[in-house]
Parts: sequence; C-alpha cells; structure tokens
Amino acid sequence: MNQHVKLNRRAFVIGTAAAGAGLALGFNLPFGGAVARAADGSPEVNAWVVIRPDDTVVIRIARSEMGQGSLTGLAQLVAEELECDWSKVTTEYPTPGQSAARGRPWGDFSTGGSRGIRGSHEYVRKGGATARLMLIQAAANEWKVPASECSATSSVITHLPTGRTTTYGKVAEAASKLSPPSDVKLKDSKDWKIAGKGLKRLDTADKTTGAMVYGIDFKLPGMLNAAIKDCPVFGGKLKSFDEAKIANMKGVKKVVRVGDSGVAVVADTWWHAKTALDALPIEWDEGPNAKTSSETISKWLAEGLEPSQAAFVGNQNGNATAEIARAAKVVEAVYNYPYQNQATMEPMNATALHTGDKLDVWCGTQNGEAAFATAVQASGLPPEKCDVHKLILGGGFGRRGQSDYVRQAVLIAKEMQGTPIKLLWSREEDMQHGFYHPVTQCRMVGAFDADNNLTALRMRISGQSILARLRPEAMINGMDPATFQGLAPSGEAAIGYSIPNLLIEHSMRNPHVPPGFWRGVNINPNTIYLESFMDELAHAVGQDPLAFRRKLMAGHPKHLAVLNAVAERIGWDKPAPQGVYRGLAQVMGYGSYVAGAAEISVTDGSKIKVHRIVAATDPGYVVNPAQVERQVAGSFVYGLSALFYGGCTVKDGRIEQTNFDTYNSMRISEMPKVETILMPSGGFWGGVGEPTIGVAAPAVLNAYFAATGKRIRSVPLRQQNISFA
Amino acid sequence: MELDQKGIAMANLTINGKKIEVDVEPDTPLLWAIRENIGLTGTKYGCGIAQCGACTVHVDGVAMRSCGVLVSEVDGKEITTIEGLAAEGKLHKVQQAWIEHDVPQCGYCQTGMIMAVAALLKDNPKPTDQDIDEAITNICRCGTFAQVREAIHAVANA
Repeated sequence: MNQHVKLNRRAFVIGTAAAGAGLALGFNLPFGGAVARAADGSPEVNAWVVIRPDDTVVIRIARSEMGQGSLTGLAQLVAEELECDWSKVTTEYPTPGQSAARGRPWGDFSTGGSRGIRGSHEYVRKGGATARLMLIQAAANEWKVPASECSATSSVITHLPTGRTTTYGKVAEAASKLSPPSDVKLKDSKDWKIAGKGLKRLDTADKTTGAMVYGIDFKLPGMLNAAIKDCPVFGGKLKSFDEAKIANMKGVKKVVRVGDSGVAVVADTWWHAKTALDALPIEWDEGPNAKTSSETISKWLAEGLEPSQAAFVGNQNGNATAEIARAAKVVEAVYNYPYQNQATMEPMNATALHTGDKLDVWCGTQNGEAAFATAVQASGLPPEKCDVHKLILGGGFGRRGQSDYVRQAVLIAKEMQGTPIKLLWSREEDMQHGFYHPVTQCRMVGAFDADNNLTALRMRISGQSILARLRPEAMINGMDPATFQGLAPSGEAAIGYSIPNLLIEHSMRNPHVPPGFWRGVNINPNTIYLESFMDELAHAVGQDPLAFRRKLMAGHPKHLAVLNAVAERIGWDKPAPQGVYRGLAQVMGYGSYVAGAAEISVTDGSKIKVHRIVAATDPGYVVNPAQVERQVAGSFVYGLSALFYGGCTVKDGRIEQTNFDTYNSMRISEMPKVETILMPSGGFWGGVGEPTIGVAAPAVLNAYFAATGKRIRSVPLRQQNISFA
Repeated sequence: MELDQKGIAMANLTINGKKIEVDVEPDTPLLWAIRENIGLTGTKYGCGIAQCGACTVHVDGVAMRSCGVLVSEVDGKEITTIEGLAAEGKLHKVQQAWIEHDVPQCGYCQTGMIMAVAALLKDNPKPTDQDIDEAITNICRCGTFAQVREAIHAVANA
C-alpha cells in the first residue's frame, strides 16, 4: 500500500514572477502619465478607488467574498480613510490577469486562513487615504489654494476659509492625473466612523431575489454544460469508457477525457450531461490505494502514537518524558479526529471559454491567482492571453482555495475551442473528490506531583499533514508547522498554558486521501485534544476545570481574559439550571484569542440538546461587529455539524459519504442560542472567520462529561449513537 | 404532457404566473427545467435528493424541493420561484425582512430558505419557535439560523 502521496506541485508561473515585481499595492499607477480607467471609462484615482462622475465610489476588492463578509469589511476600511459617502459605495473584483499585467497592485488575492481583513487592512486603508489626499489636492489645484486649507468628508471637499465645496466625482478625473503622496498617515481606530461599525452587508439584496450570479448560474451564449466523474479512488486513473453507449442520448455533444483520471460528458443541458454520464460505462484503474480503508489508516496512525516512532517537535520545554517517568500520578488518553468535507452548498464549478488563442474562466475561487496560474497552465496559452473572472462563492470554507475544478473546466474547453463550457460537479462528485480535513490521532499524557500540581504534558499527534501535500514549500525541514496550530510556543496560534515540562510532537503519516484546509483547520482536532484533556486532568485531581486552567494561564493574559469572560457570562460560579451542564474551552488561532462555554442537557445518555453557547473573541480590532457576530455563530453551526454529523470514512480507497443524507448538517431546530462577546484589545489584527470553531466541539464535549461522567474521545458523535435531542 | 409533431415531449408549465411551453423530457426534475430550460437560476442545486432545500419552490402554494419533483408531476400546476415572489415590483415581506436583518452570508441557500419561510408564514402567520423548527429544515452551511429565526419573528410581529 502506497500511503505516500506523490507531491503535486503546481507551477505558480504567475505568482512567482509577479511577486518578484514588488508590491506596488495600488498607490502608483503602472501606465506612466496615462490615466487608468474602469470598464465604464471612469477614472481610477488609484487601483483601489474608482470614482464616477455621479459620485459613485467603486472600491476594488481583491479578496473573495464567500459569506464571511470581508467584501463589506474591506470596503469599510477603504471608505473610512477615503472619507467617502458610504451610501454611494459599490464594489468590484479586479481580475488576477489584470493584477499580473499591472505588477500586482492588489497584492494577494487568496482568501483563507481568516486573512481577508487582517492580511490586507493596512494597504487597503492606505489606498483609501492616498486617494483622499489626491482628491483634495485636485480640488485645491482647481481653486488655487493650499491643500492644507481643504478637508473632505462624505465625498465632499470643502475649502475651509471660504466654505467653497466640490465633490469627489467632480475632481476625480484631475485627481487621477496627480502623483500619489508618498507618505500617508492612517487614522487611529478610535476615530473610525465607517469602520468598526456594524453596517449592513453590501451584497445582500441580490441574494434575496435570486439575482446574484454564482458560478453555477453563469451563462454565455452558445454555452454547453459538462458533468464529470473522476476516479473514485484517489490516485487512480481512467482506463476506458464506452462512448458509443451514450452517443444517441438526448443533448449529448461530446465525451472528453480529462487529464489521466477523469471523464466528462458535454451536453446541451447539465441534466442531459449528468444523465448520460451516469449511463456511460467507465473502467477505472483504481491503482495502489484501492484496498485502503478507515481501518487501515487508523491502524497506521495508531503506530505513530508510540514514543519510539520518529516525530517532529513543535513545542518543547523542560523534560516531559523524564518528569512523566517519575510522576506521582499519570493520566493518559487517546483521541482521534476524522476526515471532514467542506460541503459548500454550491458544488464545485467553473465556466471556461478557450478560443484557441485566448482563455477566459468564470468561477468562484478563494484564490484568484492560483486559479489563474492553474488556468494558464492547463490552457497551453501565455498568461497575457488568459484571465479568471471571479464570481461570488456559494461557500468556501477552504475548499475553493484549490483549483482542481478550474483545471478540469479548462481542459474540457480546450477540447471544444470556441464553445463556452460550464463544468458542474454533482453533489456526489463533490463529496467524494474533496480536499478533506486531515485525519489525526493524539495520545495525551499528563503528570502530577504529590501535591496534584501538573508537572508535565506530553502530546503526540499522529497523522496527516496538509502542507506536505498542498504547500510543500511552507514545510520547515520536513515539519508541517500548521500541524501545531493552537499549540505553538509563540506566534498567531500559541498555546495558552505554561507547563514546566512540555513536549508536543507530530508523527507524520500521509494517507492517500487528499488533505485540505477546512474552516479552522488544525485547531479543530487540536483544541478537542488539548481542551478535553485539560478537563480530564482537572477532574483527575478533583479540581474545577476553570480553576485548574487559570493556574496554568497566568502568563497568558489574553488567553485568560477571553476564558474569564465566557465563564463570567455563562455563570460558571453559580449553579446551572436543573438538568443543564456546562463545559469550557479556549484556544488561540489566526491571531485571535477565543473561548467558548456551552450549556447542554442530555437525555438517555445519547441525546444532546445544546441550549446556549457563549463565545468570546479578542481579534485586536473589529471592523464590522455585526458580521463578526455572524461569523462566530456560524462557526458553531459548522463546528457542531462536524462534531455530531460529520466524519468522512474510507472504504476501498474512496470516501463512503456521497450526499447530505450520509454527511448531514445542522438544522435550525438544532441551533443553540449563541451569545458573542467581542473584546478587541487593540495593537494586533486577528482573524474572525475561523478561530471560534476550535472551541465549539470541546466546550460541548466537556459539558457532556459534566452531564454523564463519560468522556468522548472520538468524533463524530453519530458513530457512537449520540445525536442532537 | 404532450408530444409535438416530431415526438418531442413538451411540458406546459405555469411559472410565476406565465404559461410556458418547454421542450423537456417528462422525467426531468423540475429544478433543472427551471434552471436550464426556463433559465431562472435563483432556484439552486444543492444535493439533488431533496435533503438540503436550496431548490425550494412553491407548487400550488406549497413549498416543495424541486429537485425531487418531476416535470410530469407539475403539469398544469402553479409554480412560483424566488424570481416570482416579489409582486408588482415590491419585494415580498420575507425578502424585505431578510434585507433588514442582514440574513444571508454566502447566500446560496437563502433563496430556498426564503421560499420555505414564505410558505410557512402563509399557512401560519405567527409561528412559534417550535413551528419554525418543524417547518424550516433547509441546510445552511454558513450558519445563518439565528438571523433566519429573528427575521421570521420580525415578519410575524410586523
């Protein structure tokens, strides 16, 4: 059995070249003295800001909108510094092709790792501030007065001594011809008027009428539709198919081999394509992984839990091994976490038009530049002849950071030049061809001295690395640092406990199932492991789980502050209502400090009602509190769906779950009340889309222990016949 | 369902108040007839097995998951899609509440959610939380449920 995945490194032809050109980031236009213009002819003041004569402000957004709200948040940051009229703001996506051609003025397009705001807040604010200064300068020039005598607010520029006014729309053309100032000062967050406010999203109206065009809805004249099947066993290949059997089926235009592992049927409608594909006899070469199962993977991972097996050290101080050997009391437990599918509501899709000398792709993607690089590579055309047009995503959760579906669409379109092809995956294809939350197991060992002080903690993770497969260039001497999310000695995902002797290791074992980024990534398993075990340790010495944690958190005041906040709000020091039990968890991830407290009741030991969640987050700064609250609540839906219903299992080398009947998701009836505490302490920028998902499962699992005395160490709960009440 | 001179199946569908003759096989799921033959894409494909509710439409006023309904089963019935929910240029009160309460995140499931809620409120103008729990079983992976519930109550109490 070949468990080691062949590394599939993509040639980031564009990314590398463009990065070398430096990050102009939209302050200097690339066309010498000429004015850059939007498609409608309106002048660009700079790459971030286009102002139309009617004063409409078009703010360019490079990051992708997939529901997380950063399209609105980023626009708020630009608008704040621009001092424009918020009611006149609209947004548009620049394309990765334009960005490459212009020396990458918009920086990184990738939208993952909760980086949408925190990864670009500074340069987008500078984009807004620079544009404001240029607009003011243009007005001052027209009035022949010093710019220092003018100020701007709500898209109106005023010459203070005379009270004369003009608007952004009137001076935008002149402003666009000015040289940008080299140094701009950004506002203090305490002076924010647009940022920091819970403004409504900019993209809501079309989402309520059906007018919003997602990738699946995109249409071009003469477009045909493709349905695809890739080898159900990862790493397998397409052997043959019997095209003649479906040649006469209604609407069928062509059957196309896609790469070495897929076959697509192209038809007039997708329903015809899918119906014909289902009838197409296909033979697969299932390859070396056809016998792999969850059991074989589990057995292999279990071997990695043995201290004798080689492992990377992610965090270490003192000598945990020696301390455990001489401890008065040792507590040990083994946990595991399964594969999970992002299961975005909109299945993977992309539309491509390859004309022989030009390629255009329209799709939802979390990584426009990677999609572009993939499209270029698959097209056989030079980058300047290609582009990717981003559409709003029907969910991302990490899945649409991969560009496999873009490659497929381009390969099909390349075989049907001149005809636009929309490739859409069935839900079944989507469930079985993901980039799954990786599978790990973990052995936890804690040691106490005779006075019940925790003297050592050893944590041995065994399992799959995401970076080894998807970003090998980010590995450090063979180690995947992302494996230690929430457990690192320092940085944006640092452990919140000081333990005198600590050893956290990863024994890497990479099964053939493709791993990927799944909302929260490794803080999902790692927080279950650490925070459930902290509870185990507290109970082992008869201490209150909150008090036990607090003793170890004195040196981590920001971690402690969010934990204290949820404990206080949930009423930890007071008795819970009759029949209700509580659990706590905390973690740091994506630069933010978060904690959660759950109140649950349990019927017959197997039916859980989650009544209430209190979640606290300190992300440094909050750009839109209403959207942050929605992200926090949503993270509990996603995290608890995975805890109760998730878990993708492997049989005969393939994923067994094929649709929402076997990979279910929480409904409104199962949704707890989520109370969000936002406590931004300033001085750093953390993410908000993901961190709180880490505490969802362990807070509930710790509450379950409080209710039943039974410790759950394996996810999902459905495999243990535990369900929502 | 009738056959034209060439033997091609033609379905007579009434969608959003308009009678439309559609060249589509009778065993085509209504979802795909709506999206591909009629060209209304506000009705979404999520699962194809009537689990997620993204494709919810009204058939004679009743919320149905259109992926699980065949074209032949709705011949002569009144079908309303999200595009037909607004009347005389005015958004339906559920759509208005969705905007007011900033409900959608990615939004992909929301047209189906809105159709399910509109049907619920037509039958039960003041639903309790339990009524909502029983009637609204659509999947939303972003997790907008708190806002969905809030918006339903807001419409009911308006």
